[in-house]
Amino acid sequence: MIRIENLTKVFETPEGPVTAADHITMDVPDGEICILLGPSGCGKTTTLKMINRIIEPTSGRVSINDEDTTGMNTTDLRRSIGYVIQQIGLFPNMTIEENISVVPRLLGWDRKRTRERARELLDMVALDPSAFMGRYPGELSGGQQQRVGVIRALAADPPVLLMDEPFGAIDPINRAVIQDEFLRMQSELNKTILFVSHDIDEAIKMGDRIAIFRAGRLVQYDRPDDLLAHPKNDFVESFFGEDRALKRMQLARVRDVMEDDVPVVRHDDDLRRALELMDERGYHYAITLVNEHHQPVGMVMRSTAETRRGKCGEHYYGVDALAHLDDDLRKVASLMFSHDTTWLACVDEDGRLAGTLTQRGITRYLGATYRPQE
Amino acid sequence: MLLQSPQRLFYGTALVVMFLLGVWTEGSGFIDEFLYYRGDITYLLGQHIELMLISGGLAITFAVPVGVLLSRPRFARVAEPAMQVLNIGQTIPTLAVLALSMTLLGIGRVPAIFALFVYTILPIARNTYAGIKAVPPHMKEAAAGMGMSATQMLFRVELPNALFVIFAGIRIALSVNVGTVPLAFLIGGGGLGELIFTGIALDRPVMMLAGAIPTAALAVVVDMVVAAVAFLTVPKGVNPLRNPA
Ligand SMILES: Nc1ncnc2c1ncn2[C@@H]1O[C@H](COP(=O)(O)OP(=O)(O)OP(=O)(O)O)[C@@H](O)[C@H]1O
Ligand SMILES: [Mg+2]
Repeated sequence: MIRIENLTKVFETPEGPVTAADHITMDVPDGEICILLGPSGCGKTTTLKMINRIIEPTSGRVSINDEDTTGMNTTDLRRSIGYVIQQIGLFPNMTIEENISVVPRLLGWDRKRTRERARELLDMVALDPSAFMGRYPGELSGGQQQRVGVIRALAADPPVLLMDEPFGAIDPINRAVIQDEFLRMQSELNKTILFVSHDIDEAIKMGDRIAIFRAGRLVQYDRPDDLLAHPKNDFVESFFGEDRALKRMQLARVRDVMEDDVPVVRHDDDLRRALELMDERGYHYAITLVNEHHQPVGMVMRSTAETRRGKCGEHYYGVDALAHLDDDLRKVASLMFSHDTTWLACVDEDGRLAGTLTQRGITRYLGATYRPQE
Repeated sequence: MLLQSPQRLFYGTALVVMFLLGVWTEGSGFIDEFLYYRGDITYLLGQHIELMLISGGLAITFAVPVGVLLSRPRFARVAEPAMQVLNIGQTIPTLAVLALSMTLLGIGRVPAIFALFVYTILPIARNTYAGIKAVPPHMKEAAAGMGMSATQMLFRVELPNALFVIFAGIRIALSVNVGTVPLAFLIGGGGLGELIFTGIALDRPVMMLAGAIPTAALAVVVDMVVAAVAFLTVPKGVNPLRNPA
């Protein structure tokens, strides 16, 4: 755990003292990504750099796993903390392998182990070691350099990682790819990460917790969903913007919102059975039709069941859009709009029906203050 | 065809001109007369190279550390004024430096070497300093953030990245040095200047050329050697000679 207590930095400038960070206090639990978010000049970078002492704090302290870093030797401290700067900072005079090997070599690892580690890390970000080890940074694309910057910080397997807008310099499409890749890596590595960003969507996507900074102060520190649902003040509220509710949709998964335990009919059920079930549940719209593998194949409309006779298999509409359990609500809403429907069947990895999701269900979910404020 | 490759046209013309020159010089007995100075040339060329190597070698070993030192944060305050002084120093004519050196140290090899040394320091120190200063701050921050000590940063990041610029300084310095060595003769330092100046004084052009042509050839060779060393020692990733962008 990283514990930051009353961390303060006052820069003495010719125009007088500038308080870049003002009594920042926060804990980052092990294995979590904490995003430092806020407008330009609010002290995010300053706070981050006080953790590895690139900037000496004016007062306050930082402890990592209950060890106060104040008295620690800075080079030892820094070798135990991965650091990714915004400009990537690969050394152009070194090959990719040498770049990745900087910290292991400073730590005195032997050649073989260092080399194996470099290979392993390159594999992890899908860069072919045999092609990339010997190249120079100038021979890589921006996205590839960014990846190398990240794995270089991971080389000696430090428990803590500091990242200052690590994906800031890449185009949005590549950025999303790298973000996903990074989250996948993190789910295995469980590093404790402090991550500076000024991109709200990135913060919501990547952060287990978000710390909102304003003018050197920590305004609110919460889980993303809580921040969006319960902004502490007008600043946080306006910072996340008018479309806060839509942003929250990114955070919610289908599995959390869908109605499971839904009634279904099969091809050889009678339409009267469908009507019965709908009456039972008070469905005004339709009921799901599944095949022998419990996969949704269509829906029987209430109006059909009321007016026709026969088997469900003869009177159904096929489904052309399905929601998956791990889709976020934004994607689902978009599916609903594009297929002009207010209802979607939700399926698991094997395509079996797991539940259904309606537009009403989504709005109810977003409207509810479902978590008590702390 | 010829118009398409002006370079070939140039080389072709140069070859023809050289051939005609050769014919003419042979016919006029130039070569015979030139060869008459063969003994002098080898002897003086040896002296010439010695002057250059000693003064240049001393200058490199002195100027690179000076440039490095000036780039250290604790000298930040004096570095810029020092660079200004070096720049002004560079504008003093070589002959004046020789004269000053002579007044200090008398005549002979030592004052000659000293003057050459002083004059060679300037471009090397300046480029070393500028090259290190040009290493982007974020690169140094990355190095510090990874736990490199100041010395490790200097040798693993700053110097390798500045090396190309440092070599450019050495190249300039040595070419100035080789071109200045003939003047050493004027204060009794020896070298090919003896043939050049005596040739001028006695109005014997061939004698003068017997000094001038090897001097020019030496300048070209030195430049090529430095370029080759730079090519081989500057890390590939920061070596414009190796990856022309
Ligand atoms: N070395 C310094 N000397 C003086 N003032 C500084 C220094 N570094 C930062 N500051 C000031 O401290 C404040 C916080 O800077 P900081 O770099 O932490 O902002 P930031 O939140 O990272 O902003 P950005 O999103 O633009 O990177 C700013 O007002 C800045 O001008
Ligand atoms: Mg910043």
